[in-house]
Amino acid sequence: MLRSFRSYQLLIALLMLATAFSASIVLGQTSISLKTAYQAFTQYDPTVIDHIIITTTRLSRALTAIFVGSALAVAGALMQALTRNPLASPGILGINAGALFGIVLSATLFSVASLQYYVWIAFTGAGIAGGMVYCLGAIGRDGLTPVKLVLAGAAITALFVSFTQGLLVVNQEGLDSILFWLAGSVAGRSLEIITPVLPFITLMLVASLLLGRHINILISGEDVARGLGQRTVMMKWLMGLIVVGLAGSAVAIAGNIAFVGLIVPHMARAMFGTDYRWMLPGCAMLGATLLLAADIMARFLIMPQEVPIGVMTALLGTPFFIFLARRGMTSGKKREVQYG
Amino acid sequence: MDKLLTFRTSLFSVQIHPGSLKINCLLILGTLVIAVLSLTTGSLWINPLEVITEIADPNKGQHTFVIETLRLPRVVLSFLVGGALAVSGLILQNLIRNPLASPDIIGVTSGASAAAVFFLSFLSGTLGTEWLPVAAIIGATITSLVIYLLAWRQGMSPIRLVLIGIGLAAGLGALTTFMIVLSPIATSMMAYVWLTGTVYGTDWQDVKALLPWILVLLPAAFLMARTINVQELGDQVAINLGVPLQQARFLLLAISVALAGAAVAYAGAIGFVGLIAPHIARQLVNRSFAALAPASMLIGGSLVIVADTIGRTAFLPLDVPAGVFVSAVGAPFFIYLLYRQHR
Repeated sequence: MLRSFRSYQLLIALLMLATAFSASIVLGQTSISLKTAYQAFTQYDPTVIDHIIITTTRLSRALTAIFVGSALAVAGALMQALTRNPLASPGILGINAGALFGIVLSATLFSVASLQYYVWIAFTGAGIAGGMVYCLGAIGRDGLTPVKLVLAGAAITALFVSFTQGLLVVNQEGLDSILFWLAGSVAGRSLEIITPVLPFITLMLVASLLLGRHINILISGEDVARGLGQRTVMMKWLMGLIVVGLAGSAVAIAGNIAFVGLIVPHMARAMFGTDYRWMLPGCAMLGATLLLAADIMARFLIMPQEVPIGVMTALLGTPFFIFLARRGMTSGKKREVQYG
Repeated sequence: MDKLLTFRTSLFSVQIHPGSLKINCLLILGTLVIAVLSLTTGSLWINPLEVITEIADPNKGQHTFVIETLRLPRVVLSFLVGGALAVSGLILQNLIRNPLASPDIIGVTSGASAAAVFFLSFLSGTLGTEWLPVAAIIGATITSLVIYLLAWRQGMSPIRLVLIGIGLAAGLGALTTFMIVLSPIATSMMAYVWLTGTVYGTDWQDVKALLPWILVLLPAAFLMARTINVQELGDQVAINLGVPLQQARFLLLAISVALAGAAVAYAGAIGFVGLIAPHIARQLVNRSFAALAPASMLIGGSLVIVADTIGRTAFLPLDVPAGVFVSAVGAPFFIYLLYRQHR
């Protein structure tokens, strides 16, 4: 009974995603009718401008938003499970900043310009930043507390952001082309550019879905998990790797898009409950829907210019984060961090 | 245990450990040496002795212009900015009782930056740049007020303050980037350089404008020394000892914000000084605020002077913003400090 109820919910989420996808294809500076959009796929005519718009810009844009959104949302959900921290997300914990720094470094100093290299560089950056935050947060007698983790994330973010700024100031020609990307954007990525990365993201998403059952065991407590025969250390490493992979590739494609990884898991938990087998696919769909919606809003808010999508998500996400911080930390109060 | 030196009047009292006093004197000496060395280096190398005679008796030597007009205001401003940020960070760390707190991490700096970038991109055409500091200070004040209000729930919990500060900082950062993206490329470059934190092109006007802030706020912080020491013992102890806790917190926070806002206004968002300078000070002198405050200020000031000196000499003819070097030195050092403290 419960299972079929959840299937319906997933179906609804899928419908929402489909609606957002078609809206993202037809809405924009030139509005295109649904029929024309359908024809663009079934009987493509290179003389019709609307068809060209759809195949060259709209479609790739929508696909980018879908993949980036679900990658970030699932990465956030895994991080929240891994650190047992409702405030964890790739943006807050410095992983995005690390990936971004790696990319800016390679673009300005070594003039790397291919997305495939960017992806690997972004992984390295994300991995280094994530490792640093985890180690910094775990130092101390009381171990890994949520607050320490967030603070360490903020410190590492500050570090990488300031390095990125330094590089861009020294190398001013690069700034203009990179700025929009710093703010996060799903526009202007043609299909040929993003396709090499898509299988990778898909692989990581599938892997995380397969882990759902094991994550359920892990979050019921480390001792319980070990007692049930789970290899918790390996499990954590695996989750960490997936997080870095997902967040890194998302940043490599779309730049710095904050707060998706934070909000979506909470929404998904409210909708699908805490069972990760259902919550993770829900997360992926909601994340994609959210990013598509944010992208559509970004097109219309200050026409004819566009708001960078990272700004849109930040505007949506900041109040949410504050709400969480106000609500959630009352129980964490007794674990206040003291000086060593 | 050594005897403490006590100064007590009706208004305030401080106790200073004689050893800490000695170290503070040494720090003053060290800062002076660093300042003189910074004045000698640059694209034009000037003999340290010449620098000293020039400062003691201006307008005599042949390098008057380079020293008096180009380098000295820059060094003085670096010192003031670093000192202000360091004391601001020290107050925050004591207030929040968390070694990782600092103005840049809890969002005060990003509020100032957002306001300043807004000013640079949209208002600098109509108003002159002399209004930039005002914008930055207003931004810092509004942000901290918002943080404070949002963190208030039957009293202010320091941890809520930090978390909400971080959240707001992320949102404001996005807004700042947005404004830079929207503005024409010339102003966006200017705003971007400013964001990184630089004291490039400082003149005496800037120093004169910043000085009153520092001269008012630092003694004010010093007056609160006793309260700070007590509140570090924990909320309950402080209340039992008769400290009006919420009131004292508000005042301390206001001082800290004003210091950070003023500093950011004149030198941009130089990060990490407020974070590491108090830590270094804690390693050197004992834990009383009266000893920590001057030590932090001297260390923070020297840090920014050194960073700026490296920035303007290492990559000649480029002038790399001081903020980059502060981070480059600051972050690893900070991680090392944490590691050592908590082992």
